[in-house]
Parts: sequence; structure tokens; C-alpha cells
Amino acid sequence: MSAASLEAPATDAAASKGSRSRQGTRSLVPLYIATFVIGIGLWAVAGMIADNPLIPSPLSVVVSGWESILDGTLWEHTSASLLRVLVGFGLGVALAVPAGFLMGWYWLVRGLVEPWIQFFRTVPPLALIPLVIVILGIGENARIFVIFLASFLSCVIATFQGVKNVDVTLINAARVLGAKDLTIFARVVVPASTPFIFVGMRTALGSAWATLVASELVAAPSGLGRMMQAASQFLDTETIMVGILMIGILGFAMDRLLLLVERRLTAWQEVRA
Amino acid sequence: MTALISVQEASKIYQTSRGTTVSLDRVSLDVEEGEFITLVGPSGCGKSTMLNLVAGLITPTSGSVLVRDEVVTGPGPDRGVIFQQYALFPWLTAQENVEFGLRLQGLSKRDRAQKARHYLELVGLKDFANALPKELSGGMKQRCAIARAYAVNPSLLLMDEPFGALDALTRVQMQEDLLETWSRDKRTVLFITHDVDEAVYLANRVVVMSARPGRIKEIIDVTLPYPRNEELRLSPEFAELRARVWRGVHHRD
Repeated sequence: MSAASLEAPATDAAASKGSRSRQGTRSLVPLYIATFVIGIGLWAVAGMIADNPLIPSPLSVVVSGWESILDGTLWEHTSASLLRVLVGFGLGVALAVPAGFLMGWYWLVRGLVEPWIQFFRTVPPLALIPLVIVILGIGENARIFVIFLASFLSCVIATFQGVKNVDVTLINAARVLGAKDLTIFARVVVPASTPFIFVGMRTALGSAWATLVASELVAAPSGLGRMMQAASQFLDTETIMVGILMIGILGFAMDRLLLLVERRLTAWQEVRA
Repeated sequence: MTALISVQEASKIYQTSRGTTVSLDRVSLDVEEGEFITLVGPSGCGKSTMLNLVAGLITPTSGSVLVRDEVVTGPGPDRGVIFQQYALFPWLTAQENVEFGLRLQGLSKRDRAQKARHYLELVGLKDFANALPKELSGGMKQRCAIARAYAVNPSLLLMDEPFGALDALTRVQMQEDLLETWSRDKRTVLFITHDVDEAVYLANRVVVMSARPGRIKEIIDVTLPYPRNEELRLSPEFAELRARVWRGVHHRD
């Protein structure tokens, strides 16, 4: 890096662009904080004006959340949900990446697999729940399967697109240097499609969380969805809000974590967000 | 004496939904070892097709392409290709890019690094070995691509409008540098361009092609001696050759 900053005009341009965007993020942080404060303030004011016991105030939600942390119920439900999301998402991505690669690389696999994926992509995973329950029962398997399917379908398409979008010139460049198919795949196609895979993983994570609550509505012993469903029957809107916030925070944190890994692995890209 | 490259009655015909395109029409060309050949012509004259045939990236519809008397059936490290869009692997540093082909030849890590450094130095990129392509200017990227092609020690360099995306000043500088590199480490070069000046300045033979169908129209010997320099571009001999090539490219018969 130090050598690169010697005199090249491109380096200067890249560096100044980088610092400009860094500066941009830095100056936005106070705004992020401000918008949160304003948002929560508006929520508090709205709660007071509405004067409806079913609209919880921010403070009562915090109190309710704190109580459920102390008695361990929040952790119990959160860990159950988190485990489901991680297993379902993990399996989904673990299968989607090789499947996407095979579809992008072998026309035979593509022809046989793509129609199914395109079809099931248009069916919301939740619509499969009734069928999944009949076949897999109302146990843990059914819930994880639905989350798995949602993650898989989001990620496989992105990976497949990534492989399809690999610049032919790069493949030709590898071929003329003496690379055979396997080398081209490992050293060109995989790195070139990494940015797409990460986009797919982040979409998959969103789908996994989106599917979670619904998958827990049916006879789950624990989980955030279960917790909210139970609270709903007692008009306990504070607990529902705690569940919503928990899902939001966890989803956001995992997304940022993926983004961080992505930035590190794809720092070579010309354009960066 | 047998030619290094021998293109024999090669045709390339593309079938598209809009009909048949004859990209190359029974073209023959022999290139001797150590020659610097430029192919010049309007777009659609099949000059890139010709290069891709020799590279082995495509196969002729009829006719054949021989390199050292062997029929070309696919690409190989004996024929290095330099693309207009640089085609550097963006996730690898300059040095790792140059090492790519060396690694495929099974060289040890140390030998690879040593060789890569040597060729980066040859093209003046010694200080940028650890830079990613996105940190390099257009001219530097192309120099890195040239180092990468040289490193695997091809007997033939195929260059597909390598300086086409560069600005006029960088382009002239790159021509100088290429001739300089070439004079120190001689390879046979097949160089495609649509720039008449460039074609005459670099080559010992200029192959003028015409479009639709792609054919060789004329082959002009450039008798100017190497090494060549900027003075030469202003000489009357250069002007005369350039005029001949120009007429060849732009006159239709």
C-alpha cells in the first residue's frame, strides 16, 4: 500500500474518494443518533396523546424488557429463535452456494434445477407451512425447514447470477495463461462471484428472520414468535414490542456483521458503497 | 524455413438470428519467428477474430491455424494474450497477477515471486508489486498485463488493441515502452490496432484488412530500422508508409 501511494494519479483519486466517503459516514453519525432520539420521542408523545393502555410507552417497553431479561424468559425465547435462524440460514447458504455454482457452471444442472427454483421462488415459504407440518409434523424440523427454504431460495439465485456475470475476458485471460476448468473455477469464478454471494447471504438472512415468527406461530414451545403470540392473547403489547425490537436488533446486528466480512473479503472491488 | 504461425485459408462464419456473418473469409498469413506484425483495419474486418483464432479461444469454421506446424486446438501458455480491457484479476495484487500463470506452471513460491518481480521491473512497475488493479492507472494496468503475459515465457504475444482505451499521450508512451521491452526480450508479436500511426510505428509488417467479408487487403513491409524513436515519426519515410497504410485502410475498391 505504501508503494502504491507514491505518485500514481489513480491512487490519488482513489485515496481522495475514499477519504471523502469516510468523512461522509463520520458526519452522518450525529444524524443517526438524532433520528433515533426524535423517533423514540415521537413514540412517547404519540403514546401520551392516544391515552390508550394498549399503546405502550417506550419506558414501559424498556421496563417489560428488563423484567424478562431478569427472569430469563427473554433469553430463553431469543436463544430458541436465534438457533432456528442460524441453523436454517446456515444450511440454506451452505447448500445454495454450491447449487448456484453448479447451475452457473453446468448448463445441464441449470436446465434441470432452475425451473424448480424459479417456481418455488414465487411461492412464499410461509405458504408451504401447512404442507410442511403435515409431512414433518409440528416439531423443530418443520420450523427449521421453512427457514432453510427461505434462505436457500434467496441465496441460490444470487450465487447463480454471480457465476453468470463473471467477466468472460477474465476467464479467457486465465485460459490463455494455461488454466484448465477446475483452476478457472477455483481461482476466477469463485472470487469473482463472491460479491454476489454476499448479497445473496444478506437477502437470505432477511428472509430467514421474516419466516421465523410465522414458523413459530404453530405450537412452538419457545421462541420470540411464540412469546409475542402468547402475549397477544393477554393484550400484553409491551412484550410484543420487546419481541419486535429484539428481532430488529438481532437482524440488524447480523446484517452488519455480514457486511463487515463482505467489506473485508471484497475490498478489491472498484466501486464500494 | 517454416513459419511460427501459419494461418491457412481460415474462415469464421457466425450464424446469428439476423443471418450469416462472414467474419473472416479464407484468410492466409504466415508469420516468421521474431516478427512484429500489426493488423489494421476498420471495425468488422475480422482482426480480432484472427487473433482469437491464433490464441485458440475460437476455432475456424474452415481452414486451419498452425503454430510451429501444429494445429491450434485451444489456448496455451505458448501464446500470451493481452486484452484491450486489461483483464487483470481485480482481487489479486499486481505481483499475484503476474504470478498467476507461473503458479500454473508449478513454480515454487520463491521462483514465482522472483520471476514476477523481474517482469514487473521490466515494465516499470517494481514499486507497485503490492498494489491492487483498482489502485493502478490505465497505462499501469496494461503494463501489468504485459508483464503477466511475458512471465509465462510465450513464444508469441497476441495483443488485441491493447492501448485502445488509453489517452493519446499515454498511448505513445506505451508504444515506446513496448518496443523497448520487446528489444530487450524479443518475442514474436501479433498486434491489433485501428490506429494507422501505431501500426506503422511498431511493425516490421503491416497487414491491412478490409471488412465484410473480413479479408487481407494488402501487406506492407515497414523497412524502417529498429530501434525506433520519436524522431522517426516525423521523417518523410514514415509519412510515406503511413500514407500507404492509410490509403489501404480507407479506400474501398
